[in-house]
Amino acid sequence: MKARESFTPDTPAGPAGPLVRIGLTYAALVALGALFSLPVVWMLSSSLHELSAVFAQPYRWLPSPLHWENYARAVTILPVPRFLLNTVIITAPVMLATVLSSALVAYGFARFRFPGRDVLFALCLATMMLPGQVTMIPLYLVFAKLGWVDTYLPLIVPSLFGSPFYIFLLRQFFLTIPPDSEEAARIDGASRLRIWWSVVLPQARPAVATVLIFTFIGTWNDFFGPLLYLNSPEKATLTLGLNLMKTQVLGSGVVEWNVLMAASLLVLAPNVILFFFAQRHFIRGISMGAGK
Amino acid sequence: MKAEHRQGWLFVSPWVIGFALLTAGPMLYSLYLSFTSASLLSPPQWLGLENYRRLAADPLFYRSLGNTTVYAAMGVPAGLLLSLGLALLLNAPVRGLGFFRTLFFLPSVTNTVALSLLWLWLLNPEFGLLNAGLRACGLAGPLWLQSEAWAKPALVLMSLWTAGGQAVIFLAALQGVPRELTEAAAIDGAGPVRRFFAITLPMISPALLFNLIMGLIGALQVFTQAFVMTGGVQPGSEGGPNQATLFIVLYIYKKAFQEFDLGYASALAWALFVLITGCSALAFRFSRERVHYESEAA
Repeated sequence: MKARESFTPDTPAGPAGPLVRIGLTYAALVALGALFSLPVVWMLSSSLHELSAVFAQPYRWLPSPLHWENYARAVTILPVPRFLLNTVIITAPVMLATVLSSALVAYGFARFRFPGRDVLFALCLATMMLPGQVTMIPLYLVFAKLGWVDTYLPLIVPSLFGSPFYIFLLRQFFLTIPPDSEEAARIDGASRLRIWWSVVLPQARPAVATVLIFTFIGTWNDFFGPLLYLNSPEKATLTLGLNLMKTQVLGSGVVEWNVLMAASLLVLAPNVILFFFAQRHFIRGISMGAGK
Repeated sequence: MKAEHRQGWLFVSPWVIGFALLTAGPMLYSLYLSFTSASLLSPPQWLGLENYRRLAADPLFYRSLGNTTVYAAMGVPAGLLLSLGLALLLNAPVRGLGFFRTLFFLPSVTNTVALSLLWLWLLNPEFGLLNAGLRACGLAGPLWLQSEAWAKPALVLMSLWTAGGQAVIFLAALQGVPRELTEAAAIDGAGPVRRFFAITLPMISPALLFNLIMGLIGALQVFTQAFVMTGGVQPGSEGGPNQATLFIVLYIYKKAFQEFDLGYASALAWALFVLITGCSALAFRFSRERVHYESEAA
């Protein structure tokens, strides 16, 4: 904290130097902040206008009265509650399976010595950079052979095998836990699996939370997977359903941008809410990914 | 000791099995398919190098390659500059930065389809906010996604709005730069610009390399925006005016899942794989002498 006060020692001794610098910083922040938030404010404004007002020029930013019925229309134009249920049916097991399988593998990499371990771990890291397009066609053929197309299985089953990024993230976290309590449990005769579950995982709660949150965001918002595997409209997820809605709305005379914006905001909402409650987990996960 | 080996393998076995079944196996199968006439309707027939010959003479492949290259060449450097600028601002010694960090970061954790619809509306030539703003400044805005020249810049603009994720990575790196270093340099008479290039930039070079490579990989695989924003109502119409937004992944998707030309699509996928691996390798090689890692000193 002492360093903070002595920052910018090169500025002239007068108080004007740092003040000008602080003023310029705020000015830049406010200008950029306005640029970044304007699209969302406009989205919110459009979603509450009646249709003719959306096309009015000049545009009126404040809708009056507020047309909440756009949101009602957004959830009834296509079966959005059904899409929501479908998304939950996919997201919940994927979150659980991803965190458990990734944590098992990460513990293996963090705490066991066995021949080939370091090569395997390097391979695991390398697959993070692999473009999914190389495997998507064969996987589609395999899942089609199994009769899994138009079911949720191709979207859920792969999460049982761990995910390289989360394996890496959890391994790094496990390495920071002192092994004393694990060794004590081993002396007491506990199995390694039992130690993983009741000694290590509870200590790794912050990393587990980060993985759960990232998996939620990734699965909830996934577009490519559902686009490939879900053909029946009633099986669509929210993200896929939003695209179906786009096709329907764009294809019908005057485009109801107010309803499309309302629907988009509804799909965005869970992300934003989660983000506000768990901001530090996002930041940790992202900076850990880069810090290797 | 033996039990330790066995248990270690058991713990990592989910990933090993997954790697064999979901990555290595499919990759080999995909390589095989790229030499065949596979389609969803008929069994694959061996074609040898025919798909790759076809690819070398396919104007749409070159179009998609060019589109992807232009998009990455515009978007990646612009994204790095913007996110580094944001991070430097967020690292300034002033109060209330948490609010701005949230503001900048939020667009990068949301839903690409929803963001695509928002930007489709923002970029609407007649009623969109962007052209309304340009009109207010006395400028005539372009047709954006409906214009061959402006479709890719429009998508780059949209990608800049999600630069906050990279900014967080830069910010974490900036916070790891010891203040004593910059202070010592300041006492020795180095100005802010000199301090940035001589100390800060080398210290955060690992984050720069990470953002560069992830940015490249992301840009070379751009799909959802192009699929959602440049497709009309009819499936198959994706790709924008005169195929200006036909990116490689979009082309692969259309070949594979709209035309069911799986063999040729596999050859395209391998071309993309080589491109991405090549670019990443180049970035690593280029950075070998330029990236500074803390641990090297120890």
